[in-house]
Amino acid sequence: MTLTFVLLTLAKILGFILVFCVILAAILTWVERKMSSIIQDRIGPNRAEILGFRAFGLFHPIADMIKSFTKEEFVPAGASKTLFFLAPAFALVPTLCAFAVVPFGPGDLVISNLDSGMLFVFAIMGFGIYGVTLGGWASASNFAMLGALRGAAQMVSYEVSMGLNVVGIFAVFGSVSLTAIVGAQGHLLWGWLPMWGIVVQPLGFVLFLVAAMAENKRAPFDLPEGESEIIGYFVEYSAMGFATFMLSEFLEVIVIACIAATLFFGGWQIPWLDPTGTAGGWITVAQVAFFAFKVLFLCWFQMLIRWTVPRFRYDQVMSLGWKVLLPLSLANILATAVVLALVV
Amino acid sequence: MVKVKVVERPPADLVVQSWLPELWKGMKVSGRHFFVNLLTQKGIVTSQYPEVKRAYPPRFRGKHRLMRREDGSVRCVACFMCSTACPADCISIVAGQRDDENEKFPVTFEVDFIKCVFCGMCEEACPCDAIRLDSGVHRAPAYTRKEELNGKEDLLSLGSLSVARQGGEFK
Ligand code: SF4
Ligand code: SF4
Repeated sequence: MTLTFVLLTLAKILGFILVFCVILAAILTWVERKMSSIIQDRIGPNRAEILGFRAFGLFHPIADMIKSFTKEEFVPAGASKTLFFLAPAFALVPTLCAFAVVPFGPGDLVISNLDSGMLFVFAIMGFGIYGVTLGGWASASNFAMLGALRGAAQMVSYEVSMGLNVVGIFAVFGSVSLTAIVGAQGHLLWGWLPMWGIVVQPLGFVLFLVAAMAENKRAPFDLPEGESEIIGYFVEYSAMGFATFMLSEFLEVIVIACIAATLFFGGWQIPWLDPTGTAGGWITVAQVAFFAFKVLFLCWFQMLIRWTVPRFRYDQVMSLGWKVLLPLSLANILATAVVLALVV
Repeated sequence: MVKVKVVERPPADLVVQSWLPELWKGMKVSGRHFFVNLLTQKGIVTSQYPEVKRAYPPRFRGKHRLMRREDGSVRCVACFMCSTACPADCISIVAGQRDDENEKFPVTFEVDFIKCVFCGMCEEACPCDAIRLDSGVHRAPAYTRKEELNGKEDLLSLGSLSVARQGGEFK
């Protein structure tokens, strides 16, 4: 472990996680409000202004930040104080860790090139349940507890099918390392079609997206939050605690976009251009930019779904997870295995 | 016997149940709204309130005003028709005798805007067009209940001349 290695890693963490992802998450809070409003034929927030500039409401995330830093941090009577303050961190930190294995550019442009790539993501995202359950339990509130129970049940059920959905990808590309998967997606099928995950695993992509959105607990799967009946695991949180839960939710949108882009949309690959990622120079910059574009597009796509679909009923969520997604992902694995056995 | 017409549910065939085609239709609608409003702002119905104000409809009922006679004095003859008609019981009048003619006038005339529902019954009940709700002024919010009690001076300050001859001639 040389000093250069440490410095380089720190630079990558700073650039990718802190600058790109966290700032993107802050901007996504603005995108979410603005997008919902223009889908519903409204204008949306546009009043926060600095020196007379309004910038389409882009200052609202800043105003939100100032507000949540200065508001009173309320702790309900009977709450377990330590856990109450730890829970938002338990929600935020695993989400941030998941970015560590995402290759955002060719070659060394990944914070940690783990061989167990995707397995690490699953393991670390499984930690997210702690944030939910601890937040709900430590609040000493029945509604928060109900939300936490819903959240835990939902996350556990969908984690199963989310894991099984990407087995097809592992089988096709022969690795669980995200870097290797992106590298393998540079191949061409029949000499012209980029062998992206969505081409070889279309059903896998749809199932993965559904499972991942359910895992993220956003509408149409927002039962643990239940805004309309105020059953939510963070119902007792105010100020920064609440903001941290919100931030981790938006970060999770970005994680899903990053993972989906990596597994199904070729990561940083630009079709027919430098598939090995050794060209360097401006091509590398273009590849990083293209990865960022894919992530932005997938974030936008998730928001479009979120503002299109009404919420499921709780029993529908459960039966969708266990009776539809699970058999379909098993069938997907079987079909992939049969095709691979016949072709390869 | 009540006749009940049973409407058959459309059968949920595999296309509907598989859910994705329907989701796609919904996404096309929200996507259309997104791009149309992003690029042209055509569908947006919001008006930027403090800068852009909408004209009120002509029959908007705002704060009450007390009308005046040609000599500028109050038209009201303190007949209590309005306070009797008022469903919210929010008009309180103390009547007095005019010096110049054999007629009453309101010594005080108070409308409690906390209670008022702006129904316009007082306006309809008044026999001499003395009270109207056509001022176009909103009832403003206040910090104390007392500020919401609008007295004769406030109501008269919104008022203007009325020469209606309802209820016969007057000198
Ligand atoms: S508008 Fe209706 S509620 Fe208000 S004072 Fe007149 S009669 Fe009473
Ligand atoms: S406002 Fe009209 S109805 Fe009311 S007391 Fe005066 S004259 Fe009578």
